[in-house]
Amino acid sequence: MDYSSNRKKIALSTLALFITVLHFLPFYVLITTALKEKSDFSSKWVFPFDISWSNFREAWEAANLGNALLNTGIITFFAAAILIIVGSLAAYPLARRQTKLNRFMYMFFIAIMVVPPLAALVPLYQLVVNLGLMNTHQVAIFNNVASYLPLTIFLYAGFIRSTIPKSLEEAARIDGAGTFRIFFQIVFPLLKPITASILIIACVYIWNDYQFAIFFLQDESVQTMTVALSKFFGENANNLNLVAAAAIIATLPMAILFLLLQKHFVQGLAAGSVKE
Amino acid sequence: MTVSTKKIGRTKQNSSLWWMYLPALLFVVFFIVYPFLNGIRISFTNWNGFSQTFDYIGFRQYTRMLTDPDTWTVVRNTLIYGIGSTIFQNVLGLAYALLLNQSVHFKTLTRTIVYLPVIISPLIMGYIWYFFFSYQGGALNDVLIGLGLERINVLGNVDINIWIIVFVNTFQFVGIAMIIYLAGLQSVSRDFYEAAEIDGASSFQKFKNITFPLLMPSITINMVINIIGGLKLFDVIISLTGGGPGNSSQSMSTFMYDLYFGREDAGYAATQGVLMMVIILILSLSALIYFRRKEVEA
Repeated sequence: MDYSSNRKKIALSTLALFITVLHFLPFYVLITTALKEKSDFSSKWVFPFDISWSNFREAWEAANLGNALLNTGIITFFAAAILIIVGSLAAYPLARRQTKLNRFMYMFFIAIMVVPPLAALVPLYQLVVNLGLMNTHQVAIFNNVASYLPLTIFLYAGFIRSTIPKSLEEAARIDGAGTFRIFFQIVFPLLKPITASILIIACVYIWNDYQFAIFFLQDESVQTMTVALSKFFGENANNLNLVAAAAIIATLPMAILFLLLQKHFVQGLAAGSVKE
Repeated sequence: MTVSTKKIGRTKQNSSLWWMYLPALLFVVFFIVYPFLNGIRISFTNWNGFSQTFDYIGFRQYTRMLTDPDTWTVVRNTLIYGIGSTIFQNVLGLAYALLLNQSVHFKTLTRTIVYLPVIISPLIMGYIWYFFFSYQGGALNDVLIGLGLERINVLGNVDINIWIIVFVNTFQFVGIAMIIYLAGLQSVSRDFYEAAEIDGASSFQKFKNITFPLLMPSITINMVINIIGGLKLFDVIISLTGGGPGNSSQSMSTFMYDLYFGREDAGYAATQGVLMMVIILILSLSALIYFRRKEVEA
């Protein structure tokens, strides 16, 4: 390798490292804050010499985070499962059968993506009250499913169009298999890569949801991580060390998932963005 | 006999299979379309959000909205959140992608750290930056004091706080733009560059004439998702400023939330919802159409 390109590599690598440090700064501040006692008034930049884990235990108990973790887990699990089943099922005819009706329906689902969920807040709230779904897991599950279905259908339809051969379906049909069976036994298993990506994206969105949760899950028994945290912040605005510890606990599950499945995160995004 | 089986086969192939998307349709209609249409109806009432009775008052909420100075503050903020974040996320995201697309060390580390905020709740991201920007004991003010300067109250300053929110939103989602641009860059064939090098093209010429046009699809998708995300901004505002001081950093989403739950003004909140829908629709559709046309040209 010649001298100038080697020097260029060192310069660019230094720049990359600098960007990394810059982007890590807020997390560094978060960590130092969480590891300090309330009585420690040192600057947030100073790493604590005697690390205190007590904030984590105190935040866990005071903000009822165990309960919030469970609620968030239940909602995320069921919403993601429904999203995958209903979404893949819907995408199949929309991708494969180019009838006038289906073309219109596909456009309809795509158009829904633009609708901001909060624009319909007032009537949605009324609907949820009338259905008696206030402060239930179902309301969060249904709302999340409805709001991420268009994206799910979009990603599945693109994948089916570009990677699932039509001949496969025709071969199965000659054997006399019904559409439903063809779909679940032959098509769905082939959708595994995109299903993994959609699952990851959906789980992150639903896990982090605050807009729906803050309106419909006010009761402590059903509150999710984000709602628990925003209440906790309101009560402990002058004890940020506790809030920092709670924020780390709330973030950890998705952060671990991300670090383990990083490849799929990146692939999912790329899949959605590359044109067919 | 053979003819009739063929016919059955063909009609089967041409059927819409509408029952397969019926469940999806029900979800969307019930939880998005119906509430949205009902919201238009409520925007013509003086409903307070909980009582059983209300009156239809025609366009009065609409004239109120157009003459309400808060409306314009909120619309201006929403546009700054939407357009400002879109510009910063795309410029930075493209710069990062161009850097990481070369042969550099720390590639995976940089990509991981830049992308990490994407998976964190925007609400929590707001709190994390609050530790940084808060007036009392914030990390930023510690630096300023260390340098012998005055502390500043960035979140309480009505000229700065909206830009802090744009900054935090950019910081959080620049990773998405970066990844999409990286995928786009990696799909550009090396042959183009080699041909250009033979013709003696400079780095800038290569970027302008090869990279940029071929990245147009990535630019379109980034522009559209960033603008929709920015215009819907809610969580991060709640955690950083709560929309204040006054209404100075309120977005349309937080303003509606405040009108409905804080001021029991549901009819007016619904009217603001209609305005928000119209603005998002116009902006995202124009972005989509504009950049799609560019793609065709390129």
